[in-house]
Amino acid sequence: MVRFENVGLRYGLGPEILRDLTFQIPANSFQFLTGPSGAGKTSLLKLLFLSMRPTRGLVNLFGHDVSLLNKEEVADLRKRIGIVLQDFRLLEHMTTYENVALPFRVLGRDESSYRKEVIDLLKWVGLGERMDALPPILSGGEKQRAAIARAVISRPQLLLADEPTGNVDPTLGRRLLRLLIELNRSGTAVIIATHDISLMDQYEARRLVLHQGRLHIYE
Amino acid sequence: MSRTDQHGTLVDLGFDRPELTARARNLSPIVPRNSISGRALVVVVAIMTFLASITTGTVLLVSASAADWQSEVASEITVQVRPYAWRDIEKDVAAVADAMRAQPGIIEIRPFTKDESSKLLEPWLGSGISLDDLPVPRVIVARAQPGTALDLPTLRSRINQIAPTASVDDHRAWIERMRSMTGATLAAGFGILALVIVATIISVSFATRGAMSANRPIVEVLHFVGAGDRYIAGRFQRHFLRLGLEGGLIGGGLAMLAFGFSESIAGWFSGTAVGDQFAALLGTFSLRPSGYLVLAVQAIMIGVITAWASRRTLFATLNEIE
Repeated sequence: MVRFENVGLRYGLGPEILRDLTFQIPANSFQFLTGPSGAGKTSLLKLLFLSMRPTRGLVNLFGHDVSLLNKEEVADLRKRIGIVLQDFRLLEHMTTYENVALPFRVLGRDESSYRKEVIDLLKWVGLGERMDALPPILSGGEKQRAAIARAVISRPQLLLADEPTGNVDPTLGRRLLRLLIELNRSGTAVIIATHDISLMDQYEARRLVLHQGRLHIYE
Repeated sequence: MSRTDQHGTLVDLGFDRPELTARARNLSPIVPRNSISGRALVVVVAIMTFLASITTGTVLLVSASAADWQSEVASEITVQVRPYAWRDIEKDVAAVADAMRAQPGIIEIRPFTKDESSKLLEPWLGSGISLDDLPVPRVIVARAQPGTALDLPTLRSRINQIAPTASVDDHRAWIERMRSMTGATLAAGFGILALVIVATIISVSFATRGAMSANRPIVEVLHFVGAGDRYIAGRFQRHFLRLGLEGGLIGGGLAMLAFGFSESIAGWFSGTAVGDQFAALLGTFSLRPSGYLVLAVQAIMIGVITAWASRRTLFATLNEIE
């Protein structure tokens, strides 16, 4: 599904922050991406989400060489990827329900066709009573859950999550991890970038460890 | 939690599903309306459209009046018979008038009497002066059938045979001057229109860039959920088309009202020196129905240009946002 070959990344004329990355993300797989702060986890997620291009090497996503894709093709591929970022990126003028339903709206689907699905997922992540709330009045944890719900609602083939349980209590963290595991079982490849060792200890999965720009894989 | 197939739900709560309040549903526009500084843009487009409409209307008025003058003057020939020592001017005038009557294409002849010819000199020499001793030339005005091409060289040589002191003027020099003046007015009008359109495009581009900059987080989120540039541009463009049409209709409507009232305003000034000069230059000051149609089309075009300029800027800005 995802193949990196000798990928390097640098910002401007600075040093390479990712070096010679060669790995594959198989379909239906589950992995944690970890490493110290500044190791390049977020940059690697951005490469995977196609919001950055590598300075060298080959990135192949869903069978496409990303260096050959135009903007519309990138947008089409992104419909197959869900992403949860640390700063949530919820639209502040939209209710929680509207934010979570946004991927369906962009696809042009009729609201009645996905209403039940969005409501059930919001209830599952504990936002059943907050569907009509606007993000500015949501707590950090609620925003995080809404961001996760938005990323998983369209059941992407690849889910990228940057510290998805960073702002929630351990109980809710476990519940969110369960949601991601369930998503993985239903066919989505999941990559969770995290510092949280206790989170990684909760589920036996492949670990991708970034250290000094290089990637070490523990199966 | 279950996922039965590719199209099934991720989680299914069955009867435990909460009610979705009306407020929560997809009522919010993807791009919030108040995030685009619309009022300023509407005012700018309205002012630009007003200026463009006033320019176009004035050009239409001047060209219509000039066309009227040209057709009037072009169908007129003036013969001037100068007195000469041993010739009888009255006989020369009568002979020239007869010769002109015989010319095919001439429908009316009006020889001016001595008194009438003298009166023509009053604006320059003043009244109450005896012109009996002065060699006042006599004028014969002939009106040709409109659209008829007169054989002027033949007419001129025949008149010169009858009265060697006569000269024939078909106002060609005057018509040429009128043509160049109308051409200059039209060129100036088109120049101003071009400037107004360029200024509109620049204003709209800045407004679009500002709106895109203010809404950059929305654009990024839309990219995250897989929206293409065309989808995003479509959401913004609707706003700009609406604002452009609103501004165009306000500016164009005000200009039309101004032309509608201009006839009354011209009436208030009639009889004054300024009023008479304007009336001579622009006729009755009233725009024909086709003129109003041109202004309406122009207002819509400025609205469309606004949408086009915003679309161009939108794609350029979207290319900068990954």
